[in-house]
Amino acid sequence: MSTPFREILKKEGFVVTTEVGPEKGSSVSKAIEHIELLKDKVHGLNVTDNQSSVMRYPSLGICLLIKEHGGEPVLQVTCRDRNRMAIQADLLFAHSRGVRNVLCLTGDSVDVGDHKEAKQVFDLDSVQLIHLVHTLNSARDIAGNELSGGTDFCVGTAASPSSDPIEPQLIKVEKKIKAGVDFIQTQAVYELDEIKRFTDFVRNMDEKVRILAGIVPIIGVKMAAYMNENVPGIVIPQRIIDELAEAPKGTGVAKGIEMSARMIRQLKEERVCDGVHIMFIGREERVPEILEAAGLV
Amino acid sequence: MKGRVIAFCCEHSAYPAADLAGRLRLHYSESLRIIRVPCAGRVDVIHMLKAFEKGARAVLVLGCEDGACHHITGNTRARERVEQCQVLLDEARLDGRSVAMHNISPNAPQKFVRIADELVNAKEQSREAI
Amino acid sequence: MIIAERKPMEEIEESVAEYKKVLVAGCGTCVTVCWAGGEKEVGILASQLRLARGAAGNEIVTLETTVERQCEKEMVTEIKDKVAEADAVLSLACGSGVQTMAELFDDKPVLPAVNTTFIGMPEREGLWVEMCGACGDCFLDRTGGVCPMVRCAKGLLNGPCGGTRKGGMCEIDPDKDCAWVLVHRRLEKQGRLDLMREYVTPKNFRAVRRPGKVQAAKA
Repeated sequence: MSTPFREILKKEGFVVTTEVGPEKGSSVSKAIEHIELLKDKVHGLNVTDNQSSVMRYPSLGICLLIKEHGGEPVLQVTCRDRNRMAIQADLLFAHSRGVRNVLCLTGDSVDVGDHKEAKQVFDLDSVQLIHLVHTLNSARDIAGNELSGGTDFCVGTAASPSSDPIEPQLIKVEKKIKAGVDFIQTQAVYELDEIKRFTDFVRNMDEKVRILAGIVPIIGVKMAAYMNENVPGIVIPQRIIDELAEAPKGTGVAKGIEMSARMIRQLKEERVCDGVHIMFIGREERVPEILEAAGLV
Repeated sequence: MKGRVIAFCCEHSAYPAADLAGRLRLHYSESLRIIRVPCAGRVDVIHMLKAFEKGARAVLVLGCEDGACHHITGNTRARERVEQCQVLLDEARLDGRSVAMHNISPNAPQKFVRIADELVNAKEQSREAI
Repeated sequence: MIIAERKPMEEIEESVAEYKKVLVAGCGTCVTVCWAGGEKEVGILASQLRLARGAAGNEIVTLETTVERQCEKEMVTEIKDKVAEADAVLSLACGSGVQTMAELFDDKPVLPAVNTTFIGMPEREGLWVEMCGACGDCFLDRTGGVCPMVRCAKGLLNGPCGGTRKGGMCEIDPDKDCAWVLVHRRLEKQGRLDLMREYVTPKNFRAVRRPGKVQAAKA
């Protein structure tokens, strides 16, 4: 059995998490494959919640599978698809089945997904969601009613250290920390300085909050250009694009893995942050290569 | 008005140009009907639509050259309205190309004749094609 | 004011397809100002309908009228004779106007010719932007007079999402400002940024119980 994520966060060591993306359909075979491959190599497995507003197998479902297979799931919860009642009910269910970690997110707009005409909910925002989890932890619902058994969730959230302008983002981070978070996973970052500045900002407010830098391997010049153009809050520096451009044809993925591993090593050795959250969407099976190259296995 | 081409002519530019064309005995299509207006900007979308309702097969709005409008922006407004009218006609499944806007100076009778003939001929060809 | 947009011609035509004589009714208030349903737009739509139906060999007779405010029964009553003459009414008023007309002339089909879109203001000539969601629980005092309920694509109450684009634009539309960047700028200018740091509790989405009803205090 894996160690509860909350215990891991309390320890000194470098924290490593990654993701399992649910499939679009009722089949979970691929998810199981990824769970088996990754569960003992990382401290926690995030499961995305209708990622990019694309309807998929639910986050909660995969989290239960992770439990069944002896892994430690981190349930991602967004505010896009459920109102405050549905979110609370889902969290009670998750808790009853052993899920102990929640990542509180706003969620993408339905405009970017595959159900563009859906009514987006956003009954709550991510700060209110964090408050909600703490309220459930105190055995009450957010309407003030007592519960027959509360929850005991470890609470995480996300942040975008590369946003421009950064000030409004940092005010929101401040509110999230005040609301109470155990850990923060960042959007993909590529500059050590940026993570360092962000870590300093958070530590200044609350030194107990653990910061996991978001790692998304860049596997080609085209991907870099696309992300710089289309993914707000992500800035891929020219030196990474240059290094990719020099890589021989067909070695993009290997190069991306190599660069990510190099960055993780630096983050760890220079104690820039407390850990990493690796997102290798669609290439989960190659995450172990990053871990090996970074010396984390 | 059946089958006519209606030309709304600004009295500071297109109308004198048409007048000059007449005095020079330049020939232009007999189906053209000229309506003198104080400015191309006076012509509203509803005037163009009404012309079509009354059986016109094409409408021309002729105003001063760019920057030469006596009412400063009448010609640019006219162009916007013509463009709007083209959309409205297309929406009603008529041919948006049946309405056009041109800029002309008062001393350009040949240009007036050319613009008029071009639209009349274009409409005649499209009619044959139908 | 209330902002509306004319429906696509095809949809309007389909809605009046079975009628031979239609009253095209505009409204002289909000929809006149936003160029969607005033006297001018009534004339244009009626003309388009006549042209389209005429070309299809299925002529339509249109009556045209514009009421000062279609959402007031007294004002709508004035056109009852014209309504009586028509097979159906095509209203270019907002949803409130259409319903007032429908309630007053409940033996007659009253059909909408515009889509009512939002409460907003003109940003420049011909461009209107949403400002208010009529939530019944105004908290503009806390946001520097910028409403994130409608001006943020997600209606977030405690700050921006992680998707703000470079320069402070919205994640889903680079032509729109991130409301929270606007809030920040405004409060910073006023030296009141602490307001933005205050936690905003979940909104009371039932401040207005549908259907809404407001009774004025008796003077």
